[in-house]
Amino acid sequence: MQTPWTDQKIQERMRLKVGLAEMLKGGVIMDVTNAEQAKIAEEAGAVAVMALERIPADIRRDGGIARMSQPAMIKQIQDTVSIPVMAKCRIGHFAEAQILEALGVDFIDESEVLTPADEKNHVDKWAFKVPFVCGCRDLGEALRRIGEGAAMIRTKGEAGSGNIVEAVRHMRQVQEGIRRLTVLREDELMHEAKELGAPYHIVLQVAKTGKLPVPNFAAGGVATPADASLMMQLGAETVFVGSGIFKSKDPKPRAEAIVQAVTFYQDPAKLLEISMHLGEPMSGLDIATMPEDQKMAGRGW
Amino acid sequence: MTEQPVGILALQGDFALHAAALDRQGVAYLYVRRPEELTACRGLVIPGGESTTMTRLMDIVGLRQPILDFAAAGKPILGTCAGLIMLAARVDEDERRHGVKPLGLLDVLVRRNGYGRQVDSFVDEVVVAGRADPVPGVFIRAPRILEVGAGVEVVATWRGETVGVRSGKVTGLAFHPEAGEGESWLS
Repeated sequence: MQTPWTDQKIQERMRLKVGLAEMLKGGVIMDVTNAEQAKIAEEAGAVAVMALERIPADIRRDGGIARMSQPAMIKQIQDTVSIPVMAKCRIGHFAEAQILEALGVDFIDESEVLTPADEKNHVDKWAFKVPFVCGCRDLGEALRRIGEGAAMIRTKGEAGSGNIVEAVRHMRQVQEGIRRLTVLREDELMHEAKELGAPYHIVLQVAKTGKLPVPNFAAGGVATPADASLMMQLGAETVFVGSGIFKSKDPKPRAEAIVQAVTFYQDPAKLLEISMHLGEPMSGLDIATMPEDQKMAGRGW
Repeated sequence: MTEQPVGILALQGDFALHAAALDRQGVAYLYVRRPEELTACRGLVIPGGESTTMTRLMDIVGLRQPILDFAAAGKPILGTCAGLIMLAARVDEDERRHGVKPLGLLDVLVRRNGYGRQVDSFVDEVVVAGRADPVPGVFIRAPRILEVGAGVEVVATWRGETVGVRSGKVTGLAFHPEAGEGESWLS
């Protein structure tokens, strides 16, 4: 019997999925809620846009059930920009994912920002032609999603909070987990796989290469050029910015500044220059005082 | 070690894949993000990525004229995918309106995402001039070469369609050799 790892056709398809993630490296992916914002994002140098009806800060404010966006609204954004268009489906909601694939979105984010549709199972991402990105809080979660066929991993962070602390925690957890695998003896890796709750063969691969088999991006709480630089220096390869741009006082210059911050993340003089005269960032939320039931990062496992 | 490195434009995109490909061949490389870094290089690779993002950043950091001067000095340049779009003379924007202002170093007309969206991306054999065996070509939201000017040489084809061109020492490929095998394209 063929498994996703031995099926040549699925693996070739995976190469194209990861290939697109590779092309997005060193860039900024911006949340947009309409064609006008999408245009601003593209002109500011975004490598892709995430089309959604409400940005996480508003989902947080409004409450209720957050679902996949209206296809007509996503279509409008696809017709407006030439860069890749991503869209979110609920965790485990493979029917929403099938609709997004039929719509021809370039990437699907199986996202904890929306209300989960399944408390146990995530989408079987091998079954799709369109690539998926999934959030994680630590290495075990990252490797489970890769085991399901995710072509890109991102930190969950705490979406819509304007607070980088959770994204930092998640990125450090993933990196620490990877470093740990590289120093364990080979006969210790099965136990480590059990502890991580991760597929053994991917644990072996990461132990050998010292990196995830798919690109690793940052998301959740990025609001300033400095936040973007911080995540890149911690090992992110690209940065998602959700509420941070269109919830700030002056979105366009902020979008442009964060794009440059990702290119020059290792250059403090340049970061200083682009951080000047940016106006007010979005106001933030303190995670430590946030009630547990309002945290999005705990959704999914 | 007096030989100059090959530059890789590292504003955005899969520049790390190009670095790995050059590494495998034992070729020294340098990431280029500023004009002074380009001066130190004997050749330049413009990687895949988003051409809107890369052209924008190229203009912000002031690399457009230095790259044009680099080409005028007869130094080799290779562009893959988005890199091809940046080297092209003309970009057919289709019904989409966001303008990419290319470098105009290759007399070709290209259409961005000319093979469709991500679900239409594919891997297939590419026939390369001067090579007996076809090579795997990875086409990811690839640009399509619609017209080739006089004096531009076709160096790669897919199902008879032009997917690689060269003019003097400037080469542009619609696909990604870095995602398949290495790159001897610069030489």
